[in-house]
Amino acid sequence: MIPAPFDYVRATSAGHALELLTEHGDEAKLLAGGHSLLPMMKLRLAVPSVLIDIGSLDELAGIAVDGDDLVIGATTRHADVAASDLVRAEAPLLAWSAAQVGDPQIRHRGTIGGSLAHSDPAADLPMALTALGGSMELAGPNGPRTVAADDFSAGYFETAMEEDELLTAVRIPRRPGEPWGYQKFTRRANDWAIVGVATVAGRVALANMGARPLRATAVEEALAGGASVSDAAALAAEGTEPGEDIHADREYRQHLARVLTRRALEGRTG
Amino acid sequence: MKVQLTVNGEARADDVEPRLLLVHYLREVLGLRAANVGCDTTSCGACTVLLGGRSVKSCTVLAVQADGAQVTTAEGLATGGELHPVQAAFRQEHGLQCGFCTPGMVMAATGLLSENPHPTEAEVREGLEGNFCRCTGYHNIVRAVLAAAGQLDGEGALEQEVAQ
Repeated sequence: MIPAPFDYVRATSAGHALELLTEHGDEAKLLAGGHSLLPMMKLRLAVPSVLIDIGSLDELAGIAVDGDDLVIGATTRHADVAASDLVRAEAPLLAWSAAQVGDPQIRHRGTIGGSLAHSDPAADLPMALTALGGSMELAGPNGPRTVAADDFSAGYFETAMEEDELLTAVRIPRRPGEPWGYQKFTRRANDWAIVGVATVAGRVALANMGARPLRATAVEEALAGGASVSDAAALAAEGTEPGEDIHADREYRQHLARVLTRRALEGRTG
Repeated sequence: MKVQLTVNGEARADDVEPRLLLVHYLREVLGLRAANVGCDTTSCGACTVLLGGRSVKSCTVLAVQADGAQVTTAEGLATGGELHPVQAAFRQEHGLQCGFCTPGMVMAATGLLSENPHPTEAEVREGLEGNFCRCTGYHNIVRAVLAAAGQLDGEGALEQEVAQ
């Protein structure tokens, strides 16, 4: 399968990438690792006429501490997030989540920013960022702005980003030593989650239980009110209307959400 | 569009269409046919090569994205007529059946061992989760990777099995 023809431009800086985005408008797509975009282009589900390659911009990659936050450049590869001692110490849920994406080859290419901007509600990192209470740093022609992870996804493959904006970094509160849990239910190695649950610091996020990563607010409120883990987890599917597909109907997804939430709240990973 | 890269130690410069996939560049422009196109959807790993020393699926990388990089294919592993230790182990342990997945398996295993020179059996199985063998010949493939890492005893039995 071959993508439709396109013009390829290698951005020389984040500022240059923004200029190119403004110049080409919605005909253009940003390319970093390309592990969401290129498969869609090969299937002709995406047919951009210009690709702006930001994959080799050093200024957009890297992991650093900034006060109470961990800041991860948008083009940092999943493998580097997963292997980072800093991430493992300060946000172990994120390191674990990055290690669950696809397979080793995919993690060598795919980027944290690419996964978030792709906004697949079944994916690992959007759920992880929601559980972590992170935020996205955007650059655009009108200057930088920050969007909370809770407000970033706007539904299936849609985000709060404007077409001329660039995701530059992800910001995550440092929580060393804080208990966390992560559950990803799949049929086969390297699949997306049929349902996923991530939890840390009283926050509970669900993957593939709707058009965007969801907070399990009923569970969070019950926990805050002193409910037991199993009583709180029983509320995990409240208010959800998950989609149905060949893998699972709505009732089954809701059942999984309750079971996986209990396991995640018990601090289990799987 | 001009790309300049190093493939199996040799400098290459070619004019390519931006949409040309790395696997097609390797196979059709350079004539290196080890990397196979299997699923063509980033799933099966038959097209695995090393890009900058890390395993990648070359069906999901544009040739222009490899500009300036070092690429290694299975053709580039052997040196001076000697098989690479991973290749030799695949032959020794019969880590193949039909052979279609083998170049990708060998490259994924080579990448895995460069990151983790002494993996456990579980780490080998997880490390190869991006590579499918449709003959389901996984057992000998895993043995081959462990053998390459020096993890087999003289009888050829897995250390983990011996310990049980």
